Amino acid sequence: MAQMPYIAAIDAGIHQEMRRDANVLYFGQNLATTENHAFVAAYGPNRVRVTPISETAEIGIAVGAAMAGFRPVVELYMAEFMLVAMDQVVNEAPRFRYMTGGQVEVPLVLKAGFGFTAGWAGQHTGSLTALFMGVPGLKVVVPATAADAKGLMATAIRDDNPVVYLHHYMLTLEPGEVPDDEYLVPFGKAEIRRAGGDVTIVATGWMVPRALTAAEQLAKEGIHAEVIDPRTVVPLDLETILRSVDKTGRVVLVDQAPRHASVSSIIAAEIAEHRFGVLKAPVVQVTAADTTIPYSEPLEAHVIPNEARIVAAVHKILK
Amino acid sequence: MSLPMPSPERQIWMFTQMLRIRTFEERVKRTFTEHPGVIRGHTHLADGAEASIVGSLSHFREGDAALATYRCHGYPLVLGSDPKAMMAEIYGRADGLCKGLGGSMHLTDVKRGFLGTSGIVGAGIPHAAGAAWAAQIRNKGNVVLSFFGDGASKQGAFHETLNIASLWKLPVVFIMENNGYNVVTTSAQEDANAAAGEPLSVKAKSYVMPGVTVDGTDPIAVHQAVGAAIERARSGQGPTLVESKVYRLSAHGNIIAPPGVPLHYPEHEAITVFGKREEYEAALRGDPVPRFRGILVQNDILPAAAAEDLSSRIANEMQEAVTFALNSPFPSLESALDYNYA
Repeated sequence: MAQMPYIAAIDAGIHQEMRRDANVLYFGQNLATTENHAFVAAYGPNRVRVTPISETAEIGIAVGAAMAGFRPVVELYMAEFMLVAMDQVVNEAPRFRYMTGGQVEVPLVLKAGFGFTAGWAGQHTGSLTALFMGVPGLKVVVPATAADAKGLMATAIRDDNPVVYLHHYMLTLEPGEVPDDEYLVPFGKAEIRRAGGDVTIVATGWMVPRALTAAEQLAKEGIHAEVIDPRTVVPLDLETILRSVDKTGRVVLVDQAPRHASVSSIIAAEIAEHRFGVLKAPVVQVTAADTTIPYSEPLEAHVIPNEARIVAAVHKILK
Repeated sequence: MSLPMPSPERQIWMFTQMLRIRTFEERVKRTFTEHPGVIRGHTHLADGAEASIVGSLSHFREGDAALATYRCHGYPLVLGSDPKAMMAEIYGRADGLCKGLGGSMHLTDVKRGFLGTSGIVGAGIPHAAGAAWAAQIRNKGNVVLSFFGDGASKQGAFHETLNIASLWKLPVVFIMENNGYNVVTTSAQEDANAAAGEPLSVKAKSYVMPGVTVDGTDPIAVHQAVGAAIERARSGQGPTLVESKVYRLSAHGNIIAPPGVPLHYPEHEAITVFGKREEYEAALRGDPVPRFRGILVQNDILPAAAAEDLSSRIANEMQEAVTFALNSPFPSLESALDYNYA
């Protein structure tokens, strides 16, 4: 185990897979511009390349290289930059295996940060997770800890499907224990970050530490929250969530996305359909407001979920 | 051109492939009236582009790859795909090339190097560059042929990809089949180069690669132009843009549509939209398939009787494809969910 920041753990995951598999490629903008760049030095300029600011070509090239047998990782920096190339993300990469009747596989990783609510204003702060969740053929992963950042990246690279890997910018320097050896985190397996029997809180990304802080505050009042981090939203480990709901009968879903474009609304619908009889109170969603993220600091803080709102939501359904 | 003439046998092979494409697609077109409802959605025919397709693919080697657009029936036929499986795919049947999941716009035959076809204009161009990057890393002298239309050259994907392909000296040849119309819009209405009277191959200049324009109705001319580009790519000198000028002899797409459905015409848009019947009829007089046949017969490369025999053999081959496809079962309902994830 080594202590390292989340961002370094992502790199560790890429290194782990590039070392073991010569078919893994890594490329993107402003990457690998000198021979001293760690990835170029280790794997050479054939496998690690800098690109122009051409997201459509970058992701399209990844699709073609993947169809031809390689495993590209595209460094996109920000989830919004995928919007520039949405056709390639939504209507190319995830379509080919299906449309060809399984003749080709498209194993690639789109690595992009999201949710940078630190004064980045309206166009670099989005939580677009649910946008990709609704695309059959794509897998979508959202690591919340340094260890998961490494293990989910490694699994994403080994996966034979296109994977949208969404790392949270507010967690970038967050340190954590990361296994030194080969480390893989399975897809579709939620992590119970804190056990409890009174209320189930589901959160992803930066909302996980916020939910855990809220749970600590609740514990002081004698309320025991179970905090679940799905870690991958496609595939989604609904089973772990439903099992927790069976135990608690109360659910608060926390999501940094606008309410009507959130993963939480999809989970809420599943819980409503499958556990209606078990629920002791309505499912409550703590999401961002349906708004562009404002630049001004107090306004930015006002529109995204925080610990106080999570605590208040729990109080509301425990009345 | 420095490339030698193809041998007489090779010229006969080229004509055979052109005629197979034409005959196959005539059967696709006839299906709409002979078996209404059997073909769903939209098909796009390559009639008029056969010489360009065959001339381009005449250099194809084991390990090379080709990627194309929704107008994709011709390429796999030349690369050796079974017309029975192709027709079954177009009819949405279980024995289809893609198990009935792709249809006319997405024919793919990976085993034969036909890697995939995007139905979104321009979107397949970067895929070809990606496959070319793979070929460059493997370093076995393989090339990738990227087929697209003139309309795609106004997409960002085209410009972004040509830039990177040139920068990285990727072994790819960009083959733009310019049929003069982007659906119902003429090139001069939507392309600055065309409006200025320039060939579209000048777009290559921005990306520091050769740009050549060739008569796409002449299979030998295409064979030589694309051959030179392929040699350049195989030897590590990077990509070329080949503008192959063709005239599509059918409307943009073929469906059975009630009157009033936008963008679907029974005849070529030159007639139905622009009233330029003479333009269309001139193109028809230059139809590359009978023209090449005439040249081969005249040069005693293919005796007229042998040409007749070839036509009837190909007619039988495509009749068998239709019969096979009509008799192929629909895929199982369960298979609708089989291929989303590996």
